Amino acid sequence: MLELKNVSKSFNGKMIINKLNLKIEDGKILTIVGPSGAGKTTLLRCISGLEKIDSGQFLLDGQQFDPFESRDNESVIGVVFQDFQLFPNLSVIDNITLAPINVLNQSETQAKKAVGEIIDRLGLEEIINQYPYQLSGGQKQRVAIARALAMNPSILCYDEPTSALDPELRNEVSKLILDLKENGITQVVITHDIEFANKIADQTLTVKPVK
Amino acid sequence: MFNIQYISEILPSLLSGAMMTLQVFGWTIVGSLILGVFLALGLVSKFKPLQVIIDAYVWLMRGTPLLLQLIFVFYGLPTIGIVFPRYEAALFAFILNYAAYFAEIFRGGLQSIDKGQYEAGRVLQMTYWQTTKKVVLPQVAKIVLPSIGNEVINLVKDSSLVYVIGIGDLLRAGNVAAARDVTLVPFILVGIMYLVLTGICTFFLRRVEKHYSYFK
Repeated sequence: MLELKNVSKSFNGKMIINKLNLKIEDGKILTIVGPSGAGKTTLLRCISGLEKIDSGQFLLDGQQFDPFESRDNESVIGVVFQDFQLFPNLSVIDNITLAPINVLNQSETQAKKAVGEIIDRLGLEEIINQYPYQLSGGQKQRVAIARALAMNPSILCYDEPTSALDPELRNEVSKLILDLKENGITQVVITHDIEFANKIADQTLTVKPVK
Repeated sequence: MFNIQYISEILPSLLSGAMMTLQVFGWTIVGSLILGVFLALGLVSKFKPLQVIIDAYVWLMRGTPLLLQLIFVFYGLPTIGIVFPRYEAALFAFILNYAAYFAEIFRGGLQSIDKGQYEAGRVLQMTYWQTTKKVVLPQVAKIVLPSIGNEVINLVKDSSLVYVIGIGDLLRAGNVAAARDVTLVPFILVGIMYLVLTGICTFFLRRVEKHYSYFK
């Protein structure tokens, strides 16, 4: 379980997150909804360690930890970016195994074997030797999810998972997220799409811009 | 005069001139590419004073003629006590000049990579250098190749500027033969040899570009 206690963050004197308290239960889906400019993405960037919080603390299973400083080779938080940010110079399989090989020091064979199940589950077998420019938006997203899962994160976060895709794919995404939940993966989903959020959420946090 | 016998008579001197041209070319490429990478890293660094200094350097090198720089190093610097032999003077001026162009090309390449690529590496717990090496540099290499290629071709021809400080390169060898024998033939041969050299460079540059065509 991830717990946020009194977390605050401001940019250039403008308060974005003000003393936020939040609990993310294991195996559940938390959605964060709200208008743009309300600080949803900032919150995700703080949780994933891309921004340093000004005050407050994070507790993971009761233990205090700092995602910004944490560099102990344990990927606590996985992130699926809005624009996926796949590595264009690497094939799908290399995108997925790059971090296990370089960070966890697995051999190439070990890494490929270890991610076999993830590739299976996300239906990527047929495209593992393709390059990102050859993939559709939905495929790119599944590769991004596989790449994050390969590092065994405690929590998987999504930034607007429906925004870069065709509207028809919205149901596919919700099905995928619910499938992963079946497999016991804790997920945090940022979205401005309330209908989509309602479909997947166990718990919803509604954020507003700080006045 | 345009006969095989005459050509075979002057060919040895032209070839030895071409060797000098290749030497200036080769060492300049090696030196200026390496220096250029470091200058580019300085240009994208967050340390302002370093940026300003390198910017000024690039402005100076690109803003004045290479011919002037060459003359300045070989004929100008000795008046204040800094003496370079001819060949060293040529390399010094060429490397400093070309490094400035390469620095700007690399800077553009580095800045065109989405910051999100570093963030993606970071959330996967990769270090800055791991991401730079495995993800960013291959993309930069692909982006800068065409521009680097242009400069490489330019350098083959620019190397003829060493003529003015009395180095026996391909152009000088041709000019000596033409003046002595009162004929156009050496100039034509020199032209052909430059075409061959740039042709070989173009061929290899295409090969390298093709190597990087597996991704977009």
